[in-house]
Amino acid sequence: MADVAALAISDGTAAPGPLREFWKAYSQSRGALIGLALIVMLILLAIFADVISPHPPNEQYREFTLVPPAWDTGGTTRFLLGTDPVGRDMLSRLIHGTRLSLLIGLISVAISLCAGTALGMVAGYVRGLTETVIMRLMDVMLALPSLLLAIAVVAILGPGLINAMYAIAIVLLPHYVRLARAAVIAEARKEYVASSRIAGAGPLRLMFNTILPNCMAPLIVQATLGFSSAILDAAALGFLGLGAQPPTPEWGSMLAGALEFIQRASWVVTFPGLAILITVLAFNLMGDGLRDALDPKLKR
Amino acid sequence: MTNGSMLAFILRRASLIIPTFIGVTLLAFALIHLIPGDPVENLSGERGMDPARRERLLHEFGLDKSLPQQYAEYVGEVLKGDLGTSLTTHEPVLGEFLTLFPATIELAFFAMLLATLVGLPAGIIAALRRNTVADYAVMGVSLTGYSMPIFWWALLLILFFSVQLGWTPVSGRIAVEYDVPAISGFMLIDTLRAGDMAAFRSALSHLILPSIALGTIPLAVIARMTRSAMLEVLREDYMRTARAKGLPQWRIVLVHALRNALVPVITVIGLQVGLLLSGAILTETIFSWPGVGNWLVHGVQSRDYPVVQGGILLVATIVISVNLIVDLLYGVVNPRIRHG
Repeated sequence: MADVAALAISDGTAAPGPLREFWKAYSQSRGALIGLALIVMLILLAIFADVISPHPPNEQYREFTLVPPAWDTGGTTRFLLGTDPVGRDMLSRLIHGTRLSLLIGLISVAISLCAGTALGMVAGYVRGLTETVIMRLMDVMLALPSLLLAIAVVAILGPGLINAMYAIAIVLLPHYVRLARAAVIAEARKEYVASSRIAGAGPLRLMFNTILPNCMAPLIVQATLGFSSAILDAAALGFLGLGAQPPTPEWGSMLAGALEFIQRASWVVTFPGLAILITVLAFNLMGDGLRDALDPKLKR
Repeated sequence: MTNGSMLAFILRRASLIIPTFIGVTLLAFALIHLIPGDPVENLSGERGMDPARRERLLHEFGLDKSLPQQYAEYVGEVLKGDLGTSLTTHEPVLGEFLTLFPATIELAFFAMLLATLVGLPAGIIAALRRNTVADYAVMGVSLTGYSMPIFWWALLLILFFSVQLGWTPVSGRIAVEYDVPAISGFMLIDTLRAGDMAAFRSALSHLILPSIALGTIPLAVIARMTRSAMLEVLREDYMRTARAKGLPQWRIVLVHALRNALVPVITVIGLQVGLLLSGAILTETIFSWPGVGNWLVHGVQSRDYPVVQGGILLVATIVISVNLIVDLLYGVVNPRIRHG
């Protein structure tokens, strides 16, 4: 049942039965619902960033540098969360940062999920030398601390937002490869695969049309959790000056640019970090909820 | 179990890391060759270089040979312990790493100590008081800790404890006025050995905030893992037996439940090494902690490729070795694994 539910959320066209069943399981957890609500809100913020933000994100109001948030003494409702050292509106930059962070998560997880699933399925289906080479390579990647691997990739490609996305996609890759391989090995023995093979399905059809839809559940859960590590790593790279470059309103690089003002104007440091924390927390809550709902084996 | 099969188990597991290690050397070797432009070009800078000098330098670096030949020479050098020299300090990379590594170990050790001392009891309490306020609090806090961007968390700690309260120093390993000879490289041991209590206190106060920052994510992981392992164990038949025997509650929890729950938890603690080193890169950068994480970030920022290459190789080697040790210990405490 879990597998059908997984399909249902991936294309949204399945019968209402399994979908409703999935929703029943998912909505049992309050944390999962909070996570979902937060993510919907963040997605809306990202889509309508231009409409919602009170100011353009890179507009510098030179006479209003380091204005405190509205509720502090000296704050003004014109800049609700205050301004940064060059007079840009914090709130507007944070809203535009939502767009960047979700985009980084989406693109790096999408690349990693597609490439990782393909590699893992090939490894688990073909076996033999191909499998050994792919899996040993993944072991090597897992032997490196994730941030170090990302830094190494950025050292090769050069710093920047796009390269940070590639770096994160590479860092996330081994998890999808391992999951896809394990799922394929478990599924390939089952009878529906054998019957499909006897009916004349070729290896590609068997892998991607027959087996793949039945191992989506763990991949979906991992993809959700991958979003949170992608956003964290992207912010860390931005913070180290290796990811998004100024004046891009990316949360990590906003933090890095504000470091020297931490004593005088704590809001330039607190808000971007809070935005990262809330976003990562939301994806972790949703990932945990999805795992409980999609994977009955892990349910207590 | 005889000693022979134990040895066979150790050898079998140890031999598995050889391909991984070869892969890591390939990756480190490839790093230099994947960088756009060759190292000589990078050295020459904007003005360019005359072809004769370029040829000579290429030859000097061994870059005019075939790739497999270069790789074989690289592995030969690595096995001899030569990881090249830093482009910025002109010191051997291995020597620099070994000088800085104790600082990272000291920080990582205290972070893990803190994570275990807090995370383990928190997880036990959450499991025993399942679905109570205590459980929700522990789980909520640990999920937040798990989602924490630790570079920001470190800044908040500095802002509160160092700037507002003035309790702890902002950065570094020890106040500048103390000059302690670095014998072991571990500041706490060196200050104690020198008998300088003021210096010891200074070193300890410098260690507190970075340890909290670095320990937060492992703490969250340990608390979550302990809770689920305890819940698993509490359902076992031998727990019912222990209760039926009329044993006191503390004995049931500490001896019967915890001992069995600890096996997966210890594995998780051991496997945190990679995560810990990722975190160390950020923590050391923020606290100007003179360890290998800080050194690596500087290496990348100043395009000091021998440092990046050597650092990656050394860090990966450490992670692989620690994972192997954890694996072996796991096999020692759990005979079921040995016969797998």
